[in-house]
Amino acid sequence: MSRILLGAWAAGFGLLLSGAGVAAQGQTATHVGKLTGNSAAGKQDYRRYCVGCHGPAGDGTGENALWIDPKPRDFTAAVFKCRSTPTGTLPTDEDLYHAVSRGFVTTNMPAWEPLTRQTRVDLVAYIKTFSPKWQTQKPGTPITVPPETPATAENILHGRELFQKMECWKCHGPAGHGDGPSASQLTDSKDNPIRPYNFATGSRFKCGETNQDLYRIFMTGLDGTPMPSFEDQLRPADAWDLVHFLRTLQPLPTREAAVWQAWLPAHAAQLKPLGPVEGQ
Amino acid sequence: MIHPIHTLRNGAPMRTKLVSSLALLAVGTAAIGALGRPAPNAGTISGHVTFTGTPPKMRPIDMAKEPSCAKQHPTPIMTESVVAGPANALGNVVVYISTGDQASAAPTQAVRYDQKGCEYVPHVAVLQVGQPLEIYNDDQTSHNIHPLAKVNPEWNKSQPPGAPPIKSSYTKPEFIAVKCNVHPWMHGNFAVLTTSHHALTGQDGTFTLEGLSPGKYTVTVWHERFGTQSQEVTVGGAKPATADFVMKATPY
Repeated sequence: MSRILLGAWAAGFGLLLSGAGVAAQGQTATHVGKLTGNSAAGKQDYRRYCVGCHGPAGDGTGENALWIDPKPRDFTAAVFKCRSTPTGTLPTDEDLYHAVSRGFVTTNMPAWEPLTRQTRVDLVAYIKTFSPKWQTQKPGTPITVPPETPATAENILHGRELFQKMECWKCHGPAGHGDGPSASQLTDSKDNPIRPYNFATGSRFKCGETNQDLYRIFMTGLDGTPMPSFEDQLRPADAWDLVHFLRTLQPLPTREAAVWQAWLPAHAAQLKPLGPVEGQ
Repeated sequence: MIHPIHTLRNGAPMRTKLVSSLALLAVGTAAIGALGRPAPNAGTISGHVTFTGTPPKMRPIDMAKEPSCAKQHPTPIMTESVVAGPANALGNVVVYISTGDQASAAPTQAVRYDQKGCEYVPHVAVLQVGQPLEIYNDDQTSHNIHPLAKVNPEWNKSQPPGAPPIKSSYTKPEFIAVKCNVHPWMHGNFAVLTTSHHALTGQDGTFTLEGLSPGKYTVTVWHERFGTQSQEVTVGGAKPATADFVMKATPY
């Protein structure tokens, strides 16, 4: 028997075993790719790497939490910012795995890429033991991200109109600097002050850095924060146009920035300013 | 003692509730009639909710950051976390049967919740587990509706002007605070109950729970600032059943 077949057999047997154990505890197993998370192993790693901020009970009140802003995630609430799933649903195992791996830009959560993939999957399995919701609810079905539309000047312009119409500027500011009229009073679901994202910060967003990530951020919303879901309000093509416009707000040589900068000089005079409309 | 008084803007929902409880009563009576038993005199529990102590002062809301809403209120509206009437009557109190009630299917008629002039109307929406909820944006500005559920899923959706109503429902009983992050003064509540026997006090603090068959019940009252209280009440005795509640007000 080839080594691959033997490996597959062993993995299948292992899965069967862990599946039986999981059923006895009434928990759902954690899978990322071909890896299966082990919450007991994850507990050891959590106690070593995560407990300082997220606390022994997983409620986000570790001894460092006092000095951290925004506050560490409270896993007992099972409300997560970065998901591929609709607002109000649990994230997938992959979503949590990517969050642990990527870390959260502009927060104290570092990227845990240096840990082995198995360790990160184990951590995800352990994080899911803090809330009973993981036993009573299933993760949401990831939203569909259709193929990207071309980043033409016309599409960017339409995205700009949507930025105005959807009132993104109310929090993120007319130039995307996180300084809109509502920005100073925003609070998260635990009543802690929270800042809207400033697009001048750089290349990374809290939930990734690709155009697909950006698409998902505003379509799923960042649960637990003021950022709502726009899935019911934007058609996929509209959402892509908004992605293209948002890319022009970053201080980066993006594709969109190049198209926009080439188009803008001849048309700047026709553009209505973004932000509050006079007389309203 | 006079407390800041303002009108409860929930005329329409109260009407809806009256109609739905009458309908429920009719259905209940018909069902019992069909079983060949005499229709019982449907019992009621009525009462009055007041408070003692000093309630927080309600403040005028500054909507200058949202001119399209500010101009709908020539006189600034007041915050609504405590709506008090004469003689310390307490409005916006949810009154419901917490034990002793028969399980009943959720009404199919949706509870309507409006965002109007940058406030929630009504301030407290009372609905049953499984009952449809429809949230409307009547304003010329975008709102994000963010019910801060803990037992039920916490979702947060944007609703621009002219967008269709957001339809939802809840699967577990819970008192859920609702906020709009864009307009931080907007604050409301969803009271999700398992019982169909519920009422919301008006500014006079009175309530009536209707359509109750004789028996022992626990009546519970809930107020967003002053917590909950319960009383045992028996329906079907010689005297009409009543339950008065005095809630302890705290200024902060």
